[in-house]
Amino acid sequence: MNLVELRDVTVQFGAVRALYGASLSIQRGEFVVLLGSNGSGKTTLLRVLHGLLAHQGQRHQLGDAPRQAMVFQRPFLMRLSVLNNLRLALWLGGVPRTAWADRCWAALRRVGLQGLERRPARALSGGQQQRLALARAWVVQPQLLFLDEPTSSLDPSAKREVEALLAGFAAEGMTLVMSTHNLGQAKRLATRVVYLEGGEIHADLPVHEFFNGRLQGRAQQFLKGELTW
Amino acid sequence: MSAFAASVATAVDLIVHADPALRRIVALSLQVSGSACALAALIGLPLGAWLAVARFPGHRMLVLLLNTALALPAVLVGLVVYLLLSRSGPLGAWGMLFTPTAMVIAQTVLVLPIVAALTRQFVGDALRDGGDQLRSMGASPLTCGLLMLLHGRWAVMTVLIAAFGRAIAEVGAVMIVGGNIDGFTRVMTTAIALETSKGDLPLAMALGLVLLAVVAVVNALLGMVRRGHGSALAGVR
Repeated sequence: MNLVELRDVTVQFGAVRALYGASLSIQRGEFVVLLGSNGSGKTTLLRVLHGLLAHQGQRHQLGDAPRQAMVFQRPFLMRLSVLNNLRLALWLGGVPRTAWADRCWAALRRVGLQGLERRPARALSGGQQQRLALARAWVVQPQLLFLDEPTSSLDPSAKREVEALLAGFAAEGMTLVMSTHNLGQAKRLATRVVYLEGGEIHADLPVHEFFNGRLQGRAQQFLKGELTW
Repeated sequence: MSAFAASVATAVDLIVHADPALRRIVALSLQVSGSACALAALIGLPLGAWLAVARFPGHRMLVLLLNTALALPAVLVGLVVYLLLSRSGPLGAWGMLFTPTAMVIAQTVLVLPIVAALTRQFVGDALRDGGDQLRSMGASPLTCGLLMLLHGRWAVMTVLIAAFGRAIAEVGAVMIVGGNIDGFTRVMTTAIALETSKGDLPLAMALGLVLLAVVAVVNALLGMVRRGHGSALAGVR
């Protein structure tokens, strides 16, 4: 079942065409990785999929709207405690107040931040901040989670922690769409890979076909590392 | 003794002996300027947050006007409020002219653009950083703006300190709408103007030093609140 579907979507920023003629559907239970070099349109596509960006073309979503959340490359955390950042997400997500406490503790346990709930969110380390951003997304129990290069600014250990959490979310049945230019990460996590370049979708394949099939042209060059990030 | 040294000595004497007339003047100054800042905050903070997120025809013109109003001359504000509150003015029936209420109104008009314009600026900057995140969590544009007031509460405090400084230091508006009535509408700046016109320069300068001392105490108290909050946060780290 399609949770979100785009048909012939184009996004223009002044003279720059960030996305051109993109058609894509995200199905329940998938882990879709958007792959491409810097400036290829991954973030723009994510924002359109999430409904954050005005665009030409059509965007359909399941029923009223699937519950969705997004984790950004550099997490923006409010100058509040860890716990209050989670409460804010629940308030904005329209979750009844009676469920807040259980949800918050479950989220903190889920990402391994229990014991830090009173700490100012902005005093956490980079890896902890990204885990809090994941907890803030998870706490509203989204059907669809968008992630914009969530590990690009993390050290290897924090990167592994975040990857493990994402694999766990996917195993629980959450649908994930993540942008990255890390081929290894795409191989480890994705069920499907969408390759973008110059704002256009050049390949949209199941992960094993993407990495083991016969890719053509620029996508093949990117796989071989012949294109710069 | 030089005139300046005499002024400092007089200022110290006034403060040390807690002159009752001076205490009354200082209290009224704090009351009028504090009330004006509170009112301006009540209106200006949400207005600034809204202007940071709203987009409508004429938005740029409104922002331009608001920024221009930062340079509003206090005397002009006093004159406009005077005309509104005078017996022949539209609000004359309320009999507010030459009362502390009129002074509060005039100073509110004077500092409202400062609060709104500076708030619009810092909320706009904060939204560029985290607006998408808040919108992705389901916040409406106005909610995003208002949440940035919470996020940037120390910037809000700085804005209010600037507004308070402008209010308590101005003389033109309160002189016109308050009338500098002894024991009723006399504040520090109008007292300074009066003593200067009487030629008592040391006393005028001493009152100016007292004014600066009062503002310094207010700023120090706010600074302590902020530092206290900071160390409270450090305690839970």
